[in-house]
Formats: sequence, C-alpha cells, structure tokens
Amino acid sequence: MTRVADMFSERPWALSFFGAVLVWLASIAFTGGMGGGDMLTSAMALATFMVIVGVGQMFVITLGPGNVDLSLPANIGLSSAVAMKVMNNDDSLVAVGLLAAAGSGFAIGIANYLLIRALRIPPIIATLSASFIIQSIAISYGRGLQIKPPDGFADFANAQLLGLPVLALGTILFTIAAAILLQRTLFGRGVLATGQNMNAAHLAGVPVERIRTITYAMCGLLGGLNGALLAAYFRGASNDLGSEYLLASIAVAVIGGTSVAGGKANLPGIWGASLFLVLLLTMLNTFGASPGVRMVLSGAIIVGVITIAGGRPSGR
Amino acid sequence: MEASAPRFGVAPLARTLLPAFSLALVLAAIATLNPFAISYMGFNLMLNLAIPIILATMAQLFVITGNDLDLSIGSFIGFVCCVAATWLTTDPLLGAGILLGSIIVYALLGALIHWRNLPSIVVTLGMSFVWQGLAVLVLPDPGGAAPEWLMTLMGFQPYFIPFPILAAIVVAAVTHFLLMGTSYGAILRASGGNAAAVARAGWSLLRIKMALFALAGLFGALSGLALIGITTSGDANIGSGYTLLAIAGVILGGGEFVGGRVSPIGAVMGALTLSLASSSLLTFMQVPPDWQVAANGAILIIVLAARALINRRKA
Amino acid sequence: MASSLAPSVASLNGVEKYFGAVRALAGVDLGVARGECVGLVGHNGAGKSTLMNVLAGVLAPSEGRVMVAGQAQATWSTRLARALGIRCVFQELSLCPNLTVAENTRVFHTALRGFGWRRRAANLVQEKLDEIFPGHGINPSTLVQDLSIGRRQMAEVARAFTVTDEPLALVILDEPTSSLDARTAGQLLSYMRRRVAEGMSFILISHMLGEILGNSDRIVVMRDGRTVADDMAAHFNRDRLVAEMGGDNHAAHDASPFGVVRAARPVCVRARPRGQNGDSELVAHKGEIIGLAGLSGHGQTELLRAIFDAAPKGGGSITLDGPVSLVAGDRQSDGIFPSWSIARNITVGSLKALKQGALISPAREKEMAQRWQQRIRIKTPDMDNPILSLSGGNQQKALFARALASDAQIILMDDPMRGVDISTKLEVYDIIRQEAAKGRTFLWYTTETEELLYCDHTYVFRNGMIVAQLARGELTEEKVIQSSFHEAG
Repeated sequence: MTRVADMFSERPWALSFFGAVLVWLASIAFTGGMGGGDMLTSAMALATFMVIVGVGQMFVITLGPGNVDLSLPANIGLSSAVAMKVMNNDDSLVAVGLLAAAGSGFAIGIANYLLIRALRIPPIIATLSASFIIQSIAISYGRGLQIKPPDGFADFANAQLLGLPVLALGTILFTIAAAILLQRTLFGRGVLATGQNMNAAHLAGVPVERIRTITYAMCGLLGGLNGALLAAYFRGASNDLGSEYLLASIAVAVIGGTSVAGGKANLPGIWGASLFLVLLLTMLNTFGASPGVRMVLSGAIIVGVITIAGGRPSGR
Repeated sequence: MEASAPRFGVAPLARTLLPAFSLALVLAAIATLNPFAISYMGFNLMLNLAIPIILATMAQLFVITGNDLDLSIGSFIGFVCCVAATWLTTDPLLGAGILLGSIIVYALLGALIHWRNLPSIVVTLGMSFVWQGLAVLVLPDPGGAAPEWLMTLMGFQPYFIPFPILAAIVVAAVTHFLLMGTSYGAILRASGGNAAAVARAGWSLLRIKMALFALAGLFGALSGLALIGITTSGDANIGSGYTLLAIAGVILGGGEFVGGRVSPIGAVMGALTLSLASSSLLTFMQVPPDWQVAANGAILIIVLAARALINRRKA
Repeated sequence: MASSLAPSVASLNGVEKYFGAVRALAGVDLGVARGECVGLVGHNGAGKSTLMNVLAGVLAPSEGRVMVAGQAQATWSTRLARALGIRCVFQELSLCPNLTVAENTRVFHTALRGFGWRRRAANLVQEKLDEIFPGHGINPSTLVQDLSIGRRQMAEVARAFTVTDEPLALVILDEPTSSLDARTAGQLLSYMRRRVAEGMSFILISHMLGEILGNSDRIVVMRDGRTVADDMAAHFNRDRLVAEMGGDNHAAHDASPFGVVRAARPVCVRARPRGQNGDSELVAHKGEIIGLAGLSGHGQTELLRAIFDAAPKGGGSITLDGPVSLVAGDRQSDGIFPSWSIARNITVGSLKALKQGALISPAREKEMAQRWQQRIRIKTPDMDNPILSLSGGNQQKALFARALASDAQIILMDDPMRGVDISTKLEVYDIIRQEAAKGRTFLWYTTETEELLYCDHTYVFRNGMIVAQLARGELTEEKVIQSSFHEAG
C-alpha cells in the first residue's frame, strides 16, 4: 500500500488517470458492459472544457500562494454571449466571433491584473470583485440577445473523428503546447520561478510583473474561448454557462498535481483529473444517485483523492 | 540608531484605523443619501442580515489565522440552516447533536489538513459539495420552520442600541478576547506567523489547527442559526454567498491571507461595511437591479483601493 | 576527557543521525560541564546544527545516548530538554513576526498563562533585554515585524534567557551574532561570560573565529559529522582552528593586491544613495572590487537594490551601463528556488542565452550547469539533484554561479558570505579575483571587515549615506569602525 502511494506521490498525475479508469470500469460493470465507449466519448468532450480553463487556472495558481482566478465563470458567461452576438447565427462569422470571445476574455484578464497590481488587492478578492462587475455586464448585455450558435459551428463542436471528439483532439495538441510553454520557454520558467519565490525571481532578473500580466491575460483568454466553445457544444449561451467551472478549474489543476503553494505545475494531470471528475459524475448518474447523494459523494471523493495524492505527512 | 527605527509606531496605527475608516466612509455616504436611515429602525432594517455575515466572517477569521482558507463555510451555513429548520425544531436533542457533530467534523478536517499537509482550499472546496449535498438531503425543497426561541432571539429589540449593532459589539469583544486576550490565543496566532518556531517551543500544531477549525465550525454554526432565526425557513442554497463575503470581510478588516495577521475587531467592522454597502447603500443610490451585483464589486474595489492609497501614503 | 572533572550538565555519547541514506552525524561524543562555554566550529555541513538539534530535542538520534544531569534519557523531546534546563537559540530567527515581543515570550513559556500573562511576559523579557543589551530601545509591546533584523535577534536572545518555572542550565547559541552589530555582539558575549562565571553552561557556534577563540573555555571542532578536535581554548589559535576544520590554508590573509590602478579604467557605475547629503557618490571603475562597509542596515542593501532596479540603462541618481546581476545574502528569502534542481537554480539567470530558436535548449542548459559545477566546485554527484540537497555554503556557491554565468558585467553582492564556512569563502574570493581580472566589476556589501581587504576601494555607510571612502592602502579596521559609529574626528 505504501509502495503504491509512493509511486503516485512521484507522479501525482498518474493517480488521476488511475482514478478515471477505475471509475469508468465501475460504471460499465454496473451497466453490464453497455455503452462504455459512448460514455468515454462524451466524457472526453465534457472534460475538454474543464481542461481548457484548468490549464489557464493552473498557470495562475502556479504564480504562487493566493493567486487564483475566481472570475472564470463570469468570464465564460459574458464571452459566450459576446461570441454568439458577433457570430449572429452566420457560419461565415465564426472566426470573428471566436476572436471576439478571446478578446473579451483577454480584456477581463488584463483588468484582473490591473486590479491586483494597481490597487494592490489580493488576487482572490480582485478577481471576485471583477466577477461581480462582469456578471452585471453580462446580464445587461445579454437581454434580448441571439443566443444560438451558427449551425456549422455547433456541428463542429460536436463532431467526432474515429470516435473521439474533434475538440478533444485539438485540446490535446493545445495541452502539449502548454507543456512546452511551461518547461522550455522564458515565460514558463518565469512563472515557475515567480511561484516559488517572487523576491528571488525579481533579483534573478525575471520580469515578474510582465509574467504575471501575461498569465492573468492568458487565463482570461482561455476562459473566453471556452465560453464560445461551450455555447457551441450546448447549442446556446447563457449567463450561468460557466458556473461549474470555478470549482472544476481549481480542482482539476490541484488534483492533477499543481501545487497551491506555487512553482509546481503539471499538465498531463489536468487531463487525468478532468476525465476523473467527469466520469465520476457520469458513474453516479448511472447508479441513479439523487442530486444530494451525488454532491456528497463527489465532494468526499475529491477530499479523499487529495488526501492520498496531494499530501505529504507534515513535519519530518 | 538603526535605519528602520523611524517606522516604529506608525504602521500599527494605520493597521488598526483603516477598517474603521472604510466603515465611516460607507456610513457617511448613506447619511448623505438618506439621513433618515441613521436611526434605530433604519439600522435595524439596514443591518437585517449583518449578524450572520459577521459570524461567518469570524469563522473565516479563525481559519485565516492559521494560514488556511475555508471555501465551504457558505454551504456549511446552508447545512446548519436546513438542520435547524427541521430536526432542531422537531427533535431538539437530535438537532443539537447533529450540529455538535458537524463542529467535530470541522475539527477533524483541521486535523486531516495538518496531518497530511493538505491545501485547505481544495479540501474545503470538496467539503463545500459535501455540506451542500447533505443540506439537499435534509431539506430537498425550501421550507421547514425555525425553532421559536431562535426567531424570538433574533427579533430582540433592546433600548437605544439596535440589536445588530449590539450583537456586533458582543461578537467583536468575544472574538477579540479569544484571539488577542487569552494566552492560548497568542499561540493560535503564532501558528500562522511561524509554525516551526511554535512547534519547537513544545506546542502541538495538530491541536492548534484543530482548535482553529473547531472555532470556525462553532461560529459557522452560530451564523447558520442566526440566519435561520431571521429568515424563519430553510433552503439548501441560502448560504452560498457567505463564503466570499466572509473572506472579503476579513480582508477589509485588515487581515492578511498569510502570516497570522488578523484583527477580530477590524473584521467585524469589515463585515458591517460589507453588509451596509451590499444592500442599503445601493437601494438609496437607486442602482438598477441589473447592476446591483456590479455595484457590490465596485464598492469592494473602491474601499480596497482607498485602503491601498492610505497604506501607501502612510508607508 | 577534559570535562570529566567538573560535573557534566549534558553529554552526547556515540550519537549518529541519518537523513534517509545520508549520514549527518557519525558517532559524536560531546560533553558540557557546569560553568563552561564550549565553542563549536566546523564548516557548513559538518553537522553542528544537526548535533545541536539532537541536544535540544528537536531531532531524535538514530543511534547513541543523550545524558542529562548524569542520567541517560530513554525518550528525548524539546519538552523534556526544556524541562531539564536546555535551551537553544536557533540560527534562523524563530520569532513570530505577527506577534509582539511580549507575546513571543509567551509562546516560549507554557507557564505564562492566566490573568495578567501579557504584563508578566513583557516584564520578563524587558528585564532580560535591559540586562543583556543596555540601551536596546526595544518596547516589548512592539510587533516583531516592525523591528529591524538586529533588534529581532536581540529580542530572541533575551527571550531565551527568561525563566519561569523551568531551570536554565545550558544555552546553545547558534550564530547568535550574525545579525548584530559590533557593539551589541560585544554586549551579548560579555553577558555570556558573566553567566558562565555564575555557573551556567553554553555551547557557542560561530563562524567568527575571533568570537570563538576569545569567549570559549574549550573548543570542539567538527568535520564530516565527527568531532576531530576537543581541547582547551588556550591551546588553539586561528591557524590551528582553520587547519582542524580542513580549510586549505592558502593565501587567506596576505590577500595579494588585485592590482588595478584606479582611474586608469573607465567608470562603469556612479550611484548616489537617496538622501545623501553633500556630493559624495559611489564610483566604480571597470574591473574594480568595491566594498560597501558600515553597520548592517545602514543603506548598503538599499543602494545595491536601487542599482539593480536601475539596470541596464541607469536612471535617477544612478548611471550605469549594461546588465547587472545580484548575489543575495539571505538565501532563503532572496535567492533560492526551493523546488528546482541545482542546475535550474543556476541557469535561471541566463535563460535568454540558452535558447535555441524559441525554446530553451536542455543540452545547453546541462552544459552550462556542468561548466559551473567544475568552475566553482559545487559538491554534488548530480546537478539535477534538488538545490536543498546542498549544504548552505554550496547553495551560496550556486547563487554565485547564477550571477557569474550570466552576461552581467557588474555583479552586486549583498553580504553573501553570512554564515558561510571559511574554505568556501576562500574559494569564492579566488573566483571573484579572477573575474575582476577579466574586467567584471564587483560591488560588495559585507559586514565582515576582513573581506574589505579584498576590495580596491571601500565606501563606509551610516544612516543611509556614504560617510567615508578609503582606498586599498588606507583601509584599517579602526577607520571603518570609527566612521561607522561617529562623525569622523
């Protein structure tokens, strides 16, 4: 038992994949082997959206203690509305709409950073306050709005290639790029250094403030894109489209092996953790659990997973 | 003699005065917009929900003292409300037992976080699902009824001082005494400042963490009871906004996320500021419903910006 | 054993300590007699701090016995050590910054509770401060975070001598003067001697060999987890200590001139401290080693930071040209990236030069790390090991490597040798000399007057200003001390 725990503490992300497989097996055991493939396909599709925001949140969390973006749900809500409005149900405007969503997310990220930097507000409070304002903008902007995506865009978001969602394939490529960004570029090293010790990073010549700006902007941008894609996948935008992605984005980053103390990040783990969370909810659904039981179990399982994978015994 | 000596004395003063300044600012704004609000009945109405907010802020304060964060306090308050609206009314002994048990669960969470050195944000995030799920199981649809004595207590109207203000003073005095006055309070704060040193001096960090979380559970439970006493019926989602309000209250009150730097009196003022700013001020300013949430955020930003400005000038 | 005549207060017999597979202590015997001060010296990583942690009950020994007051202790803990009168002032500050000095005293004493605890705690620590550091200027109700680092150390030392319900027989002082200036350090050491005369025992750990030689009754030298010498202090002198510690004795004090003729080289830094009266400014010529002297906390670090932040273009009252790098003195808070490898800690300052196309090249990164491992002799089997696997001195070497590996022509050093052992220091001095000869300029803030002997030109700071400047030939310790404390003349 301890040896298994050791193996996972060296590769924290392995545990999340292991958990995902376990949960999947439990579900198909329950259905007697029925629909295992479909279950995986739809889990991949839903996990994709968690991964996109999870990566953004991971970079932010890696900046160090206290760094977190609580404005993602509001961001997703607003950006999905912006995207749908710009696309105006016209397939030829999809690219422009995506650009607009990314742009609105980017602007939110920059605004977050300005609040943190210029007003010296802790990121938790800054992004929270920002999310209140964004929510209101979204409510006021969204009145009487076209909320349906163009058909071509919606079909694309639901398309499959060899049984795998096209979006998921694209997101896998994106995750690989993000991993390279993290480990092999000045920016990524800067994020890791800042997260371990901001003071030391500055004195080692890392442009700390530029790195924080880019990180918050990137997280906002990914939130914005995610909003547009979610609206396409569910064939409609709404203000609470992003509501579950606050907890999800933090949970997948941390279960996947990113350290909340900063300076340590892990990309494969985000996929494992997202699949695990989605499959867990699917499993509880197949078991016919009531909403209350589903919540209690998924919460307890998150705590359990963190206890096994995330912790080191305190003291020496 | 030494270069940093002149700073002595100024920083502590600024730290204590800032929360009072924010509160005064919001009060002044309200007084300008609607002078009639500054009255016995006015405060009773404006601070209607202040007591649960203050108690939730205190719960969060204890957790922040130990460099942790409780993202589940809102759903825990919701759970307490649901228990109070059902069992505490029908079977008081069972209800009280469940509440006591939930405080013990809080203490055990503290133990778990210490024992495995877990990030409290994630553990409490997970627990927020658990409490919310339990609340839904206890009370699937909004309803139930608060115990008679709770409603009587929360409807108390003392002479001269409006009840919410009286309660705020009592809560501030009690928590200030607990954390700043008692000798074990110094140990609790010390654990946030330099845990290794506290352990080397022979204290049990496990016991400290459990005490902090148990206190958070206790004040969370009190917050839930106060809330159900005011609203009179329960709802599983009733506490959802309190998690972030409580964090904001502590920070507005001059607390910091790390280092055990907290101020109970400041946090009570922070919570009062927020409860005034988030509802009454907006109504008086005739902010349209669409933009009320935004105004909440804007007020939070303005108050914190003012604080940063004052901080910088004093530094 | 020398101490067997007087009754032993505490002794360690055959103590071994393993951290995983690493043996930190390899069978140590150490005894302290009543009324004796034992000086303990050795390089970083020799095992001194581990040994003291065992004696103070923080670490359990893997093998061996702890004897206190003539009795072998079956179980050993901080609580028990305290109950038997053993206390330790640890090397890293162990006050809680968010508490007042009085409250920190409370943390130290379980017995300080109940009504009036705060006043009693304040009185206790105030008394000790008055006794040890007359004229200290510390108010017990001040938050520790509002005290300067020197005063924090004073408060911590005073706290360790407060007594409530526990006896006080043996005090371990681990680098107690590292943040104190000369005057307060002197006050502490003379207080220690007074208590020794009254019969109290001490273990004094210090890298200042003068302190050890001048204040100990007996000196124990440690190397590689063992004691290698244990003798009366009178039988030691500086050279013997250095030899026993295993430091190579080369060129330590006849620092041969670095050999630069001032003004023959172009000026590369000009900087005026903020709030400087008059027109004194710091001037550095290319290839010079410039010393920044004076008591700690008098504006030297601030000026170095201002120069660092003004790079590479200069600005305000600072003119300079070209990239600058900085070697931090406080490794934990300003230098080390704790979850990275040694290699990554070194290359972080030069990542731009290691790029191949848009990406950092792992091969070049490895090459740079290995080149600097050899150049500066970092003791590790693998540069991919975590930085925290290194001893303090070797961590500091890695920080030097980070600065020197970069393209910076101006290197700022913020008292980087604090708590570093002699042989590491000597190695680093050599490298500084070589780099200066190649044309790099060094601005070197140091609290150790001996190090100023390596500098071509020294500026003395007081109250944030330059109050004196001394060329190599004029530099004497007296002059530095005189201008640090008082108006010249």
